[in-house]
Amino acid sequence: MTMQHPMPVTRAEVEDFLFMEADLLDSWQLKEWEALLTDDAGYYIPPNDELDGNHRDTLFIIADDRERIHQRIIRVMDPNCHAEFPKSRLSRVIGNVRILSVDGDYVTVGAKFVCHRYRRYERMGEYVGHTRHILKRDGASFKIKERRVYLKSHELGSLGSVSFIL
Amino acid sequence: MAANGSYVIDDKEKGVFLLDRIVHVSEDILRQEMQKIFSKCWIYVGHASELKKPGDFVTRKVAGRPVIFVRDQKGQIRCHFNTCRHRGAIVSAERCGNARRFMCVYHGWIYGNDGELARVPSEEAYTEAFDKKDLGLRGPAQFDSYRDFWFLNLDPNAPSLKEYLGRTTDYIDLVIDQSPSGQMEVLPGTQEYDVAANWKLMVENSVDDYHLPSTHSTWLNFMKNSGVRVEPPKEAGLVLPTKGLAIDLGNGHFTTDNVNFRGRPVAAWIPLYGEEAKGEMEAIRAELVERLGEERARRVADTNRNLVIFPNLVINDGSSVTIRTFYPNGVDKMHVTAWALGPVEESENARARRLDAFLTFYGPGGFATPDDVEALEMVQKGLANWEDDRWSEMSRGMGHEDGEQLNSDEFHLRLFWRKWNAMMGDKA
Repeated sequence: MTMQHPMPVTRAEVEDFLFMEADLLDSWQLKEWEALLTDDAGYYIPPNDELDGNHRDTLFIIADDRERIHQRIIRVMDPNCHAEFPKSRLSRVIGNVRILSVDGDYVTVGAKFVCHRYRRYERMGEYVGHTRHILKRDGASFKIKERRVYLKSHELGSLGSVSFIL
Repeated sequence: MAANGSYVIDDKEKGVFLLDRIVHVSEDILRQEMQKIFSKCWIYVGHASELKKPGDFVTRKVAGRPVIFVRDQKGQIRCHFNTCRHRGAIVSAERCGNARRFMCVYHGWIYGNDGELARVPSEEAYTEAFDKKDLGLRGPAQFDSYRDFWFLNLDPNAPSLKEYLGRTTDYIDLVIDQSPSGQMEVLPGTQEYDVAANWKLMVENSVDDYHLPSTHSTWLNFMKNSGVRVEPPKEAGLVLPTKGLAIDLGNGHFTTDNVNFRGRPVAAWIPLYGEEAKGEMEAIRAELVERLGEERARRVADTNRNLVIFPNLVINDGSSVTIRTFYPNGVDKMHVTAWALGPVEESENARARRLDAFLTFYGPGGFATPDDVEALEMVQKGLANWEDDRWSEMSRGMGHEDGEQLNSDEFHLRLFWRKWNAMMGDKA
């Protein structure tokens, strides 16, 4: 344990941050969401059958570095991104938030989520799973250094695609 | 309605090809497809690299049949029906693993991984007529491989796999030539997703390069943002930056054969891969030239192909290599499975580059596949009007000479439909 500058961090603080992030993603405020990322941020969704895999040797669903996240945002906000035009309506509920570890300025946070997606005036289904964020202390708030989303289902099945930011 | 009882109107003289939309909506046709197509053709089961050690197995549905694809203790690759000979329960509920034996949990019958029935609890209760030797797990009538790609055929009278694949092996070889040792492997991580559309729409979509500029404009934009030139040249009919052809491989098989513009992990560098990749990619290319000669190396490194092996195996050798297969799950739903394939001896960095390149286009989170899924689902929705708007127009490029059909024509789609139509026979 590092003792030089123990960062005081509470669950309420990280919960507030995750709730705020969920709200930005649900409401497609992706520029604002992007502003929460560190310059070396990564966004990963491992495949349903290899949740512990490494994206360098395993085929992921999403394995974005910072630049790819930027390009993903350009893509999904473009009206020619057919999978997201008109935009899906999203509503995610975050729970079971826990601080898993603190290392200097970094705090690793685990949470569970249910993300409801409605598309084409039809109910599409629920993306269910857990997330692991590595947050970096940034003044009174945080930045996101890494964001991993683990899907619980054995396969995507009828959910089809992950064409929005899950 | 075609007077000749056919699902297609194929008028070569006028240059018109129309497809009866009933093929995508009829439950009866789906039932017939299971008998006349999926029970007659060679259907892809899996890749030998998925079964590295004796006892390694995967279970999956192939042609609607639950099977166990397994390497037995002697190293022989086998395909068993995942169905107990006693009362019919599946004998493995796991998706993959390593097992010497498969036990039916219902009454405890135990089979070796070679399929032989090894043990029956309280066997003495049976008469002499009961012979374990006759009660091994059943399997498909035929099971064979070409260069580690394993296929089954439910029809004992079907021609051999070699005969069936015919000229497709030239293109399979071209994919495998990426590997110095001639060995490719399926990489960990499976992409499985459903599409609310008829399965045959995925055959079309997998090779139809006409749709790229409209369906995938955001992907082209991403390529452009990443330093790739995406404007089509002025040549008539071209919709993509480079020329591509559609090639008839016989037997209902076909491929696109395109000059690459989108980068290839083996071995055509684009800025997306990063400056640091240049050195290694030059070395990969030099190895190709040394092993295969300049011309063949260019074929491997500078051309892309989307290969369809009739009816439902697609090998895309483009931004990366994918194996993709799909099955109907009702007339308006299919289940898609996709794997990434790479040379066994690939370096860690080259492997990472291959997987990253895969995700730039393919898969449920890729920059292109979700829009394909959307497009196919929109087709299926539109087809609800099929009774009053009966025919799909598929004549594009019919005026082109043999050998000059473009990847953006519908020549290869017509090859599929002619084969499908012939196998289905007269419509009722």
